[in-house]
Amino acid sequence: MEASYALSLLLAMAPAGDPPLSFDRDVRPILSDNCFECHGPDTNKREARLRLDREEGLFRERGGVRVIAPGDPTESELFLRITEEDADFRMPPAEFRHRLEDREIETIRRWISEGAEYEAHWAWSQPTRPTPPAVRDEAWIKSPIDRFVLARLEAEGVTPSLPADARTLARRLSVDITGLPAHHEDVLRVERGQLDEAAYIDALLDSPHYGERMAQHWLDLVRYADTVGYHGDQEWRMWPYRDYVIRSFNENKPFDEFTLEQLGGDLFEEPTMSDKVAAGYNRLNMVTFEGGSQPKEYLLKYAADRVRNFSTVWLGSTVGCAECHDHKFDPYATKDFYRLSAFFADIEEVGVFTRFQDGVVPPQMRVMSPEQEAELAALAEEVERLQIELDRDDPALALEQSTWEEGARAEATDGLRAPVAWVDDAQSNGGKTEGAWTFVSASDGAPVRSGERSRKQTGAGIVQHFFHLSERRVSLTEGDRLYAWVHLDPENPPKQVMLQFHVDGTWEHRAVWGEDKISFGGVGTDRDAHRQMGALPVTGEWFRLEVDPLLVGLGPGRTVDGMAFTQFEGLAHWDEAGVETETPSLAFGSGAGSVREAVLAETGSRSEEQTTLLRAHFREISPSLGVTRSALALAESAKTTFVESLPEMLATVAVEPREVKVLPRGDWMDESGEVVLPGAPAFLPQGELDGEERADRLDLARWAVSEANPLVARAHANRIWRLLFGEGIARTPDDLGNQGARPTHPELLDWLSMEFIESGWDTKHLIRTIVSSNTYRQRSSARQDIIDRDPYNELLARQGRWRHDAEFLRDGALAASGLLVRDIGGRSVKPYQPAGHWRELNFPMRTWKHGSGGELYRRGLYTFWCRTFLHPAMDAFDAPTREESCAQRNRSNTPQQALVLLNDPAFVEAARTLAEEPARPLAHGSDEEGVHQLWQRVLARPASDVELQEAISLLSDERARFSADADAASALLSKGERPLPEDLPADELAAWTQVARLVLNLHETVTRS
Amino acid sequence: MTDSTKITRRGFFGQAGAGVLTGALSSLMGREAAAAGGTLGSPHHAPRARRVIHLCMAGGPTHLETLDYKPELARMHGEPMPESFTKGQQIAQLQGATLKCFGPQHPFAYYGDSGQHICTLFPKIGGHADKLCIVRSMHTDDINHDPAHTMMNTGSGLSGRPSMGSWATWGLGVETEDLPGYVVLTSVGKGGQSQPIAARQWSAGFLPGRHQGVHLKSQGEPVHYVSSPDAGALDGQRRLVDAVQRLNANEHQRDPDPEIETRLAQYELAYRMQTSVPELVDLSDETEETFELYGTRGGDGTYAANCLLARRLAERGVRFIQLYHRGWDHHGGVKRSMEITAKEVDQATGALLTDLDRRGMLEDTLILWGGEFGRTPMGQGDGRDHHIKGFSCWMAGGGIQGGVSYGETDELGYAAVKDVVHVHDLHATMLHLLGVDHERLTFRFQGRDYRLTDVSGRVMRDWLA
Repeated sequence: MEASYALSLLLAMAPAGDPPLSFDRDVRPILSDNCFECHGPDTNKREARLRLDREEGLFRERGGVRVIAPGDPTESELFLRITEEDADFRMPPAEFRHRLEDREIETIRRWISEGAEYEAHWAWSQPTRPTPPAVRDEAWIKSPIDRFVLARLEAEGVTPSLPADARTLARRLSVDITGLPAHHEDVLRVERGQLDEAAYIDALLDSPHYGERMAQHWLDLVRYADTVGYHGDQEWRMWPYRDYVIRSFNENKPFDEFTLEQLGGDLFEEPTMSDKVAAGYNRLNMVTFEGGSQPKEYLLKYAADRVRNFSTVWLGSTVGCAECHDHKFDPYATKDFYRLSAFFADIEEVGVFTRFQDGVVPPQMRVMSPEQEAELAALAEEVERLQIELDRDDPALALEQSTWEEGARAEATDGLRAPVAWVDDAQSNGGKTEGAWTFVSASDGAPVRSGERSRKQTGAGIVQHFFHLSERRVSLTEGDRLYAWVHLDPENPPKQVMLQFHVDGTWEHRAVWGEDKISFGGVGTDRDAHRQMGALPVTGEWFRLEVDPLLVGLGPGRTVDGMAFTQFEGLAHWDEAGVETETPSLAFGSGAGSVREAVLAETGSRSEEQTTLLRAHFREISPSLGVTRSALALAESAKTTFVESLPEMLATVAVEPREVKVLPRGDWMDESGEVVLPGAPAFLPQGELDGEERADRLDLARWAVSEANPLVARAHANRIWRLLFGEGIARTPDDLGNQGARPTHPELLDWLSMEFIESGWDTKHLIRTIVSSNTYRQRSSARQDIIDRDPYNELLARQGRWRHDAEFLRDGALAASGLLVRDIGGRSVKPYQPAGHWRELNFPMRTWKHGSGGELYRRGLYTFWCRTFLHPAMDAFDAPTREESCAQRNRSNTPQQALVLLNDPAFVEAARTLAEEPARPLAHGSDEEGVHQLWQRVLARPASDVELQEAISLLSDERARFSADADAASALLSKGERPLPEDLPADELAAWTQVARLVLNLHETVTRS
Repeated sequence: MTDSTKITRRGFFGQAGAGVLTGALSSLMGREAAAAGGTLGSPHHAPRARRVIHLCMAGGPTHLETLDYKPELARMHGEPMPESFTKGQQIAQLQGATLKCFGPQHPFAYYGDSGQHICTLFPKIGGHADKLCIVRSMHTDDINHDPAHTMMNTGSGLSGRPSMGSWATWGLGVETEDLPGYVVLTSVGKGGQSQPIAARQWSAGFLPGRHQGVHLKSQGEPVHYVSSPDAGALDGQRRLVDAVQRLNANEHQRDPDPEIETRLAQYELAYRMQTSVPELVDLSDETEETFELYGTRGGDGTYAANCLLARRLAERGVRFIQLYHRGWDHHGGVKRSMEITAKEVDQATGALLTDLDRRGMLEDTLILWGGEFGRTPMGQGDGRDHHIKGFSCWMAGGGIQGGVSYGETDELGYAAVKDVVHVHDLHATMLHLLGVDHERLTFRFQGRDYRLTDVSGRVMRDWLA
């Protein structure tokens, strides 16, 4: 082994004159991979108290032994140990999974020989703006970017690629900037020089679709989705946040503001609606509704989720590793993880959400535009005006009140009971009215007990009508009886009837008569929630169902705000329902119990509260205020209706921060760790964060975009570069740490970061700068001359080439066919999805019902994002589930993708729509022209001879097939909801559809080049 | 249907104008076919199993009424659960409740020459007792279904890691040219809450997307988008795919791109799936005797139908097959629920073992039967709550020693106390049987070398034949 090392050492000897090695580029990655696990940042795993990830550690001297002796490998213990013959002493130890390769050992040797100059890790030192280097070929330089790229190419003796042709470039710009294919007419104008390239770039950046394209990327990062993620994966409402992201990119909001708003918009002194929506970022983590989950455990899962996301998005770092132990490669300590987590400890939430109803994951908020805010203010003002009106002092009213008080006092003392109707000829109590209220009158031949009308109810199984949350509420006093009149049809009587009362938000108080058929509250039980009252009443005559409230668990003082009239099968008429009480005057209104006491108290001995109470109570019931009360009820209902029409979303609400402790080994049950306060990772400059007061999310955001932070601009600029070249300058956008890939062009990345910061964190400027360079304009064709030398295009001697993202494939097909609906924002939509895809979901069970009309043709960005069962076409093309942050999607190439492009109804429908024009013979003339037209629409060029031949041949074969097989044609043309044009023969349209499918499936169509 | 093979031949080799591409196209396809092999090239050591069938009893079957009989628990039925067992331990729905012992609800019997002790609800599985290695000392980390399944599949409770089926196909490649290497089937039971199952359970995580499990539905279109839009016609689809292939191959000549090579192969595989998948689910070539053995004629979405499909998938070279039966979450009425759910799986599971065995396939097929966790010895009313400190599973086939039991829980069936086994150990052993050293099958993601067994996992030599 030693001999072979010596031999390879000779072979590897650097020729004189090679530039010296760089510690950061050449040496640290070797140490990180092979040494840091035991001699790195993790304090618990550190062996021999030796730390090689820090300058002090590397150059330490202990007992005359130096770890690194600059200039002298043989005096450097590190070098001696990695070349040690005795396996017992050689590093890394035999049991470690990595072995140093000879060329790695040689690199270390050479670096020491050259003087062992230390360099800080590239990402953690402050970026400075490097001077773009000089180049030989000045003519190639269009932008400073080109200097960095060309200088390296010239040093390596490689020439850049030729510029792409105008068509390719226009198509590249369009999809990179807007995610949509270039319109073939724009391409033509660019080709002919009628549209200047710079003007085209500006037009694309000004397009509202730019915001959509950028949002697609940002939403991957922040893990935006339409469902909660864990277990039942219930739907929630978050889409206003998505629209905020689109809007922010379109407005070209500076990235620093964008950061502040998302992390801490709710903490601004006077947050706007937009700021509060932005702060919805803090609620994008997965949550659970699973019964039996421990709230404490899940609160900690959410906290950890937020740290992982913040650190990926803003720091480009894998701080998540430090949840359980100090990071093995990067200087993030466990404590740093929990200090970051403490920033988010103020977010109001529960660990386990319960009672899932209609997408509500509290706390929630209503979202409105400035116009809607004004409208709401006007509605609120009207409510307030009427309340003041109702509350005014009026001698006449005072007189009326004292008369009422006398009457009520008399009632209370005479011991007589009388019924008070709650519902009779109408449901006029306000609140929510549900079920079928079918009012009928004697003229219909219906039995009527009181007033003009009764309510007919009939049906199979359980049928009911009810109201609840009403404005007029029954306040129970002792001896009260709740009642409802019912008339059972003698021919077709129900098997069971039930009265049910709504109290404190639940319906758990029921009384049942007859056979035990109604399952609510439990068949066969006899309890408050299902009290057996005996046999059905006689049929053919009116009967008063009467319930002692105590029998269903309702004592005096309880307030009933709703009643349900339920029967099992049969026909019944229902009429007056209400309460029989000794004090009819006091039956309704809140707090009648105390009202009763107040009425009975002598005028002189009443407390101030009692006086106020009576005054308020009387205003709730006074007949002379009826008109005002109705107006108020109307105004309140108008306001409620308006508010309820507004979209809701999860709100970020700051509360007293929860205590955050370091969890030993990430174990949530271990309480022994120290309590920590919010703070930035200790090895990074703290900036303003070392103040006296507890820092909050807004402080974290300010720190992120301050000069103290070397990572944020780099992380963002690197990801933007990736959108435009297919790979980042650092190839691991989610790991800029020791184990990440060092940038291929570190100075270029720093230059871009500084350009970005100094332009005012201007993302559009950054993009314009990059796409205007000659580096960007190169062809993407593989370079056979350097394929072995640079298989991954690290020299940037050509543009990147990759399969379009899932959304853009959909968008492209819809756009080419003309089906695309270009609306921006709004609720997420449901395009076609194979039946049964949601079958494994539960709590509740769900089926996907695809939308209708324009909803079917929205961009992929708006497709409903179900985290556990992503739309299969999106999933096939590597759209991430957004359970965790995703800074770079996989780019796989699978048979499922072919099946989607071939058979997904969305693509087939796009194809048959595309086919309509060429299938209309008069529109163009020849089949050849029809083929060219399809190629123009999809690829912005005419078909080549080979393509033309292939298309015409397919067309003629398929014409023959479809004219012989009308069923196949009709099946093909029935895909999707777009109506078939009536003027086209099915076989002709079907045959052209096949040609359209051909072009939609071509490699060129699905590839960004 | 017209003669599609004729069209194929003409399509690929005959048509004028495209004929010049034949050589290039076929050599491209050949290259990609070779790439269907795994990352490892060849296994680390001689494999004992070529494929895995994971019978996932989703919801968490009670070990106390399946494989782990506890007479002491029966004796203490109704008495308070001693606090020495439960103090400081995690608990799910019984949080805050009084904890009482709840005795075994069904009798056990001794099965086979080896006398394996198995609940009498499983006579057919019991009939294979001498082939089973029963493990009674499992434990896991997460007490709720979703993260517990994620743990059982990916070795971590966090989302985003590759599942074991993805690791297997990524490492070892596939042995089928017209089906995916990793297939998932699901069924819903009637005896418990049907807890949801997330698609992340068969996600490829950060591994390449083609290693993701393909969900094969036993009712409706078996695989998403597998039917041609013109009423499933194959002749037109063949012509279309051929045209796409020729033009893409032409493009590759003009502007070479390895992605085109891959795309050519994937379109061909996609087309083949359009015939192979319907052929797979078409059971007309099965015998009456087979239908009787499994207790189903297929196509009914049951676990039994999935067992039959599992055998057909195994025959066709699918590397990793998972069946989820969603029916074991017995929080209430465990006695009756177990009768129902056991009946849903016992016969078909036994049938699968019999069928594989008589075809000589059991010896290189590893069967794993078990849930994501077990259930409490404490009652939850007349049911049992989730439990992670001790539970059971069994394995059979490919390299597994039959007729043995391994490990024990304490006298009340609460915690695994003897020869304790973690999920990581199960994974390490599974990979070992497939010929893979679990410490050497790694993938670098976000700067770290990830593996199925995270940083632990032991190969359980005592289980091996």
